[in-house]
Amino acid sequence: MSTVVALKPARVAIEKEEAAVEQKIEIAAPAVAAPVAATPAKASRLVGALKEIALNAIPPLLGLGLLIGLWGLLTMKGGSIPSPAQVWAAAANLFADPFYSNGPNDQGIGWNVLSSLKRVGIGFGFAALVGIPLGFMLGRFDFLSRMFDPVISLLRPVSPLAWLPIGLLVLKKADPAATWTIFICSIWPMILNTAEGVRRVPQDYLNVARVLNLSEGKIITRILFPAVLPYMLTGIRLSIGTAWLVIVAAEMLTGGVGIGFWVWDEWNNLKVEHIVIAIFVIGIVGLVLEQTLLLLARRFQYETR
Amino acid sequence: MNQPLVKIERVGQTFNTKQGAFTALRDIDLSIHHGEVVSLIGHSGCGKSTLLNLIAGLTRPTTGVLLCDNREIAGPGPDRAVVFQNHSLLPWMTCFDNVMLAVERVFGRKEGKPKLKLRVEAALAMVHMDHAMHKFPHEISGGMKQRVGIARAFAMEPKILLMDEPFGALDALTRASLQDELNGVMAKTGATVVMVTHDVDEAVLLSDRIVMMTNGPAAVIGEIVDVRLERPRDRLALAEDRRFAECRAAVLDFLYRKQMKKAA
Repeated sequence: MSTVVALKPARVAIEKEEAAVEQKIEIAAPAVAAPVAATPAKASRLVGALKEIALNAIPPLLGLGLLIGLWGLLTMKGGSIPSPAQVWAAAANLFADPFYSNGPNDQGIGWNVLSSLKRVGIGFGFAALVGIPLGFMLGRFDFLSRMFDPVISLLRPVSPLAWLPIGLLVLKKADPAATWTIFICSIWPMILNTAEGVRRVPQDYLNVARVLNLSEGKIITRILFPAVLPYMLTGIRLSIGTAWLVIVAAEMLTGGVGIGFWVWDEWNNLKVEHIVIAIFVIGIVGLVLEQTLLLLARRFQYETR
Repeated sequence: MNQPLVKIERVGQTFNTKQGAFTALRDIDLSIHHGEVVSLIGHSGCGKSTLLNLIAGLTRPTTGVLLCDNREIAGPGPDRAVVFQNHSLLPWMTCFDNVMLAVERVFGRKEGKPKLKLRVEAALAMVHMDHAMHKFPHEISGGMKQRVGIARAFAMEPKILLMDEPFGALDALTRASLQDELNGVMAKTGATVVMVTHDVDEAVLLSDRIVMMTNGPAAVIGEIVDVRLERPRDRLALAEDRRFAECRAAVLDFLYRKQMKKAA
């Protein structure tokens, strides 16, 4: 015991380097150090926090390392797939100027991503505008729900790209037609989740509304809307996820400016490094969208009853 | 005073279920006077909550009439406030806003914001929850939530207060302290209360009359016990009181001898 105490001040200084190694002694140390002095205890708490961050970061970093390592191994002998180093060099070059513009068919990757996001935003926005009120109505009125159920069941499994020709026919232009496919694929999860949320509003809350004799407007704003919001956000998250999947395919077909079109254009130019970069960019943007909505959803998770 | 506040006349309630018609209540006659505290007690499934819902107007009777202040009860309304068993506070509003929602509905047309605010604060202070009024329901304990539920009901200044096993979900110690608190608030406000309970001590401690219901289906009012104990009532003093013990014995006798549930 006493040797551990004597070692303590020296240990704190070097602990940062050894954090990962010296697990066993670390566990015993704070209990022993606490009565001796306050500062070493504080320092060891800091080390503990750092260690926790390190332990949390190691598995995901390992996973990513494995991915890149395998990729590097497979491309070591050369071939048509570029190696990580080649892609890195291309990326450094590409991201040096992401917002250049040499006419409609040659724009920086930043512009491409932004115009894809814009299409997703518009299509998704219209889907929310139509889908959320529709979902409210389907959830509130059983008759409407039974009326629309077969229609939705029939249309929902159809790939949104099958709707692209209809969009081209009606809207006459490629750009709004791509937005139209986003609208179609976003609307189903929005309707279904909102309706489910309305159906699941606890009877207790509705009884409160009935006893208070609240007006229909108050019922919607003070009770239904907040109760349904978490379900709505789930619908929105699922919609955004699908929309981001679909936009790449839709843009490959419609052309113009956008990350999907860019992938296809780089394939025609045989710049395979750029295709790999696009895959990463699409993945990262999708991840950010998803995580942002998860954060937002957590903000409205009041229930821990 | 001699005109009863609530009059229940030959009320029966039948539900349509998959197995056919189910009669929950029949031939219920009961009058509740101003300032009276009435408990409904009986084994589970005896229809005591059904009767409370009928007074609340949440359900309509199949036969018979219910009157409140000489008008037929045609639906729920804020003159008959309900304290629900599971508090039913809206989780996205603070305690203050939960009470405010009710106060605004009842007094919003006649009174300005500052006065409404005073009402809410007074109601929360009455149940000793003024310190936590800006907390959200998930931040406070079960007993505290129920206090806010009670404050919400009292703040509406209803003609009658209906409580559906208000303390059923609480532990024994919290329940006792809330019962004492409720006794105090009832004494202060002179409220008329109908309370569903299955706790014999709670019924005797809080009420002026205990309405005991027979086992369902087709439950009727079996007996009524008058609790002639003066108020304020003190839990500890009553434990020794002969009249308290007699009332208690009468209710227990009804529940466990006359209406003993057949082994289910």
